[in-house]
Amino acid sequence: MTNEELKLVLAGLLPSASFEEGMEWPVIIIEPTSWKSLAEQLNRTAGLEFDFLFCLTCVDWKTHLTMVFHLTSTIHRHTLVVKSKLDRNNAEIETVAHIWQTAEFHEREVYDLFGVKFLHHPDLRRLFMTDEYIGWPLRKDFEDAVNMIRL
Amino acid sequence: MEDSLSNIQNADPFPGEVHPTAGGGIVISKLDEVINWARSNSLWPLVFGTSCCAIEMMSTAAAKYDWSRFGFEVARATPRQADVIIIAGTIVNKMAPVLKRLYDQMADPKYVIAMGACATSGGPFFYNTYSVVKGADHVIPVDVYIAGCPPRPEALIHALITLQDRIKSGATREQIKIEKS
Repeated sequence: MTNEELKLVLAGLLPSASFEEGMEWPVIIIEPTSWKSLAEQLNRTAGLEFDFLFCLTCVDWKTHLTMVFHLTSTIHRHTLVVKSKLDRNNAEIETVAHIWQTAEFHEREVYDLFGVKFLHHPDLRRLFMTDEYIGWPLRKDFEDAVNMIRL
Repeated sequence: MEDSLSNIQNADPFPGEVHPTAGGGIVISKLDEVINWARSNSLWPLVFGTSCCAIEMMSTAAAKYDWSRFGFEVARATPRQADVIIIAGTIVNKMAPVLKRLYDQMADPKYVIAMGACATSGGPFFYNTYSVVKGADHVIPVDVYIAGCPPRPEALIHALITLQDRIKSGATREQIKIEKS
């Protein structure tokens, strides 16, 4: 499917979503609450069949967090970016680990470094940092008085 | 023949004198010096690399630079058989206790080389980091430091030869410690 065709299909699936223009891949911007059902549809709908989540990350914009998912289909060779704005003080989004198992680790990483809570994740623990660690190191306002030396 | 042999044997001949006698000769030397000479010429490094410096270390071990020419031949995968640990890469807070344990498991005498900017000071991760140890010498004592990010194989070989010189002159931290006790 071409980018334009993808956009049309996606607009049909989720009329409330908006799109970001001028990118290499179509970017769909959704509410975090609609992520779970959309993810399942993207994975299962014939013709879409996004079977590979090749990047899952988070961006701290200081005013809010943005979850970014890069999906591709190994069958149809089309790619889609899903973005979702999260509240910084209560960052929550549904897990997609049951659809794309790779998300299990990537979501743990995002949880570890950004403090995004993935609802219904099978094993949401710290990944790089130790279990007793407090704080979300990749957030822009993160301060570590003990280890950090300011430039 | 004599000359060509002495050329092959490098600048570090056996520490001692040969006193020719009828039917052979007597070697006169100091036992400490013989031990140091032997130790310095068979330093077995531990297989330990935590980032890109390890790539340079592997290159130093491989055919082009071939550190076995200087006696660092046998990289050991266990600290119990290693003499020198080359800290090739970044040490993070989570790795620090592992490094300490590896060092403790090595048999005396043991030597430490901090390879590259990360191992000497935290390097590029000195500022604004929550996870990197700012110099491996916060965890274990270091004998020789190498600058570079990463250092070239020549620099590592130079560091290893420096370590050999220090062992031969009895000047490593380890040897001074033994002398004092």
